[in-house]
Amino acid sequence: MLHSNFMNGPIVVLDYDAGNLRSVARAVAHVDIAPVVSADPSDIDRAAGLILPGVGAAADTMANLRSRRLVAPIKDYIAAGRPFLGVCMGLQALFEWSEEGGHQECLGIFPGYIRRFEPGEGRKVPHMGWNTVEWVREHPVIEGIPSGSAFYFVHSYYPVADDPALVLGETSYGVTFPSVVARDNVVATQCHPEKSSTHGLRLYANFIRWARAGAPLPQAAGVPR
Amino acid sequence: MLSRRIIPCFDVDRGRVVKGVSFVELRDAGDPVELAKAYDDAGADELVFLDITASSDDRATVYDMVAATADQVFIPFTIGGGIRSVSDMKIMLELGAEKVSINTSAIQTPDLINEGAYRFGSQCIVVAIDARRDPSQPGRWEVYTHGGRNPTGLDAVEWAKEAVARGAGELLVTSMDTDGHQRGYDTPLLRAISDAVTVPVIASGGAGGPEHMLAALTEGRADAVLAASIFHFGTYSIREVKDYLAKHGVPVRIEESV
Repeated sequence: MLHSNFMNGPIVVLDYDAGNLRSVARAVAHVDIAPVVSADPSDIDRAAGLILPGVGAAADTMANLRSRRLVAPIKDYIAAGRPFLGVCMGLQALFEWSEEGGHQECLGIFPGYIRRFEPGEGRKVPHMGWNTVEWVREHPVIEGIPSGSAFYFVHSYYPVADDPALVLGETSYGVTFPSVVARDNVVATQCHPEKSSTHGLRLYANFIRWARAGAPLPQAAGVPR
Repeated sequence: MLSRRIIPCFDVDRGRVVKGVSFVELRDAGDPVELAKAYDDAGADELVFLDITASSDDRATVYDMVAATADQVFIPFTIGGGIRSVSDMKIMLELGAEKVSINTSAIQTPDLINEGAYRFGSQCIVVAIDARRDPSQPGRWEVYTHGGRNPTGLDAVEWAKEAVARGAGELLVTSMDTDGHQRGYDTPLLRAISDAVTVPVIASGGAGGPEHMLAALTEGRADAVLAASIFHFGTYSIREVKDYLAKHGVPVRIEESV
């Protein structure tokens, strides 16, 4: 359990020019109170929960994080065991590298990389629209959201997780990929909960509650598939 | 499995929805936010607002509407009409629209598609194509602008391919022949365009019932169907349409709790 000073802090949405920044902030405001939208390391430092939004290209995302000197504060925050939620590009940035634009180094929090979808029969890229997420285990952030619920996706690249224990939810689009991942204090979604109606808002509400409780870890390994 | 999308469409004039909506009792049937929330609850997958405000002096009304909708509605929505520049796009996206739709301006300035896709990503650039059958050449459709009034000489399938090559992430295809008749979408037009491009196609114009939507999604190979009157007047609910599609093997998003 974390020190209560953090748990009384604000929810902070990291501001680095991400396209969905405001949508994420609106969803948080809708289920809770308006978050602090900031790129200031001192705000990260006092956050009860930190949310990394993101859409667009991996290279732009990483360049923006670097130019705003946010890489070290994010890594330090996560390493301190504090509650973190990555959304869309905010998930992809957590892995080691991305195929997008050749070979883009990412934050390397999670083992694995980001790969492009292959277009196929009746399968267009980007993967855009509502697709189902099947939970493969339990976690506080998905409480009350049935397995098989639909979430809104817009992306051309997907995560390949080297550690299967990272996977919390799976989605199929030609391949089956981890659409929600979680380890310890970190949760990330490839889908956009802020555009996913009731279930998406529930996920934000769950994350905030979990963060304010100090990100207690779920009990055991999980539920059978 | 990826769902086919059902998309109600609204015409908006000075920030108010016109052509009344009667499918549900609302305190204010012209309030876009109330309507959007009602359609979210009813299971709409996405919304399209078409701004028909004539005077550019009234643009601020649209901005207010987009911001207010984004504050309250947590499904994707697209705004079209009156978007003529990258800065127009930027305003709408920053206010909270998920996508912008361009039509006449894309034909007048095709580079707008490239610039928009480069700046904001293809996923938020929708190119709307209004097409009419060419009576002299069966199997050919001509692109029209200005709400279907002005012929361009452009072949609809060729223009669709060009728009996608320039960066359009989605095409909203309206048949001017079938629009307003409620006798079905122009399925051959949808099929011709869907087969020619690699991005999602939204079928528009002519929905009279779920069977028309099924035809657009199967024979027409569309990824989404847009409709206005049949939903707004309560002829069919979104759930009725989705149940019909599901029964015929089309993947749709149905939330039992909603």
